[in-house]
Amino acid sequence: MSKIWTRMGDGQAVEMTPDELRQDIIEASEDAADKGKVPPLEEREIEKLMEIFSAPWRVIGVEPGHEVPLTKDETACTLVSSQLSSGAHLPISREAAVEVFERVFAFDTMELGWIDYSFKPAKPMVSLDQVAIERLLATTVFPILYGAMPNMGLYYTPDGPYTNPADLLGMMKVEEAREEEMKAAELCMEDMIFVCKRMAEVGADGIDFDTTASAGDADFLATLKTVEELKKTTDLGIEVGMSGEFILGMHGEVEYKGKRLAGLWPQDQLKMVEAAGADIFGPVVNTKTNKSAAWNVARAVTFVKEVCKQSTIPIHANVGMGVGGTPMFETPPVDALSRASVAMVEIAKVDGL
Amino acid sequence: MQLNYRMRLPEAKKYVADKLHVSAFDLSDSTVMRNLREELDIGLIEAVPGLSKGLAAKSRIADLLDIKIAAVDILKGQMS
Repeated sequence: MSKIWTRMGDGQAVEMTPDELRQDIIEASEDAADKGKVPPLEEREIEKLMEIFSAPWRVIGVEPGHEVPLTKDETACTLVSSQLSSGAHLPISREAAVEVFERVFAFDTMELGWIDYSFKPAKPMVSLDQVAIERLLATTVFPILYGAMPNMGLYYTPDGPYTNPADLLGMMKVEEAREEEMKAAELCMEDMIFVCKRMAEVGADGIDFDTTASAGDADFLATLKTVEELKKTTDLGIEVGMSGEFILGMHGEVEYKGKRLAGLWPQDQLKMVEAAGADIFGPVVNTKTNKSAAWNVARAVTFVKEVCKQSTIPIHANVGMGVGGTPMFETPPVDALSRASVAMVEIAKVDGL
Repeated sequence: MQLNYRMRLPEAKKYVADKLHVSAFDLSDSTVMRNLREELDIGLIEAVPGLSKGLAAKSRIADLLDIKIAAVDILKGQMS
C-alpha cells in the first residue's frame, strides 16, 4: 500500500507507511493506558483508527445515524474578537454572531460570553451580558448558554489581590502559597456564583465553565463548589469543560468530597463533576505537537472512551486547537479535525463534541 | 435533553424522536427535519414569513417535548 498522507500534531503534513501509522496508534494507546490507568484500545478499535486515517478523502464524517450535537466555547468571540481568541474581528455584534452560528453555521447550541472571556472581567459587565442573553433567548430557537473561564490566576498579583503562589513557592513559603490559593478560590467562586445567578434570572438555558482548572486543583475546587451551589438554587443546565488532561497540584492537598483533586485524570475528573451535579462533562486530552495526528487521536480516544464508559452524564469531548487529538495550530486542518471528531464518535462513543 | 435532563445521547434521541413521532435516524436527516419543522411550526433556519421564530418557536417546542424552558416560563409570567 502506498504511503498515507496525514498530519503532525503541529498541523504540518507528513506521509507515513501503514506500519508506521499502526505503530503510532498502538504506542499512543499504551501511553494513555499507562498514565491514566485505563484500558488500551482493543484490536478492532485500532483497526477502526487505521480505517479513519487511511481514508483517501480530505474530509470524513460519521456513519449516518451516529451524528452528535455540538456545544462550543467562546462562540461570539470566534467571529468578533481578534487573534487573541482566534477571532476574525467581523464588525458585528456578539448577538449577531450567535445568530449566525444558529442560522448560517447550523450549530445545535451556542453560548454568549464577555469579550474578555473570564468570570472576573465579566462580572462588572454582567448587566450588559444579561440583556444580550435576554435578546438571544427571544430571537433564537437553540439552547443559549452563558460561558466564561474560572481562570483563577486572575486573582493573583498583578491582576488581583492575592500574592502569586508561584512567587511564594520560589521562596519555599509553601503554606503561605496554599493560603493565597484558597483565598483566590473563594473570591473566584463568589464571582462565578454572582454572574451565573444573574444569568438564571433572565432565563439562560445553561452555563459553560470553560477551561476549568487552568490554575490547578484550587481552581477546580472553586468550580465544583460553584456548580453545587447553582444546582441547589437554580434550574441552570451546567457544562464543565476542562483545561487539561491532568489536574495540576498547584496546592496539592485540596479535596472535594474526600477526594484529592491534584493529579486526577479525565475519568476521575468526571466523578467529581458528576458529584457536584453538572449535566455535561467536557474532557480534555492534550496534543503533542511532535507526534502524528494518528498518535494524538489514538491517545485522546483511549482516555475519552473510558470517560464515556464510566459516565452517567453526557460527555462532550473537547475537540479543537491543541486538544482531543486536533493539531495545535490556530486554523486546525479540516482533514485532521474531521478524523479526530469521527474517532471520538465512532470509537469513544461521545454524546457530543 | 442533555443539558437540562442529563440524558445520554441514545436516550435523548429516543425521547425527542418519540415525541415527534419519527425515528432517531430521522432526527439527523435534514430533508425530513426541514419539512417536519415547518409542519410543526417549531422554527427553521431560513426566514419564512408567517412561521414562528425565536421564543414563539421555543414555546411550541416546550409543549411538544413536554419540557420546561426557562425563557418561555419567564415570558408567560410577564404576560399573565
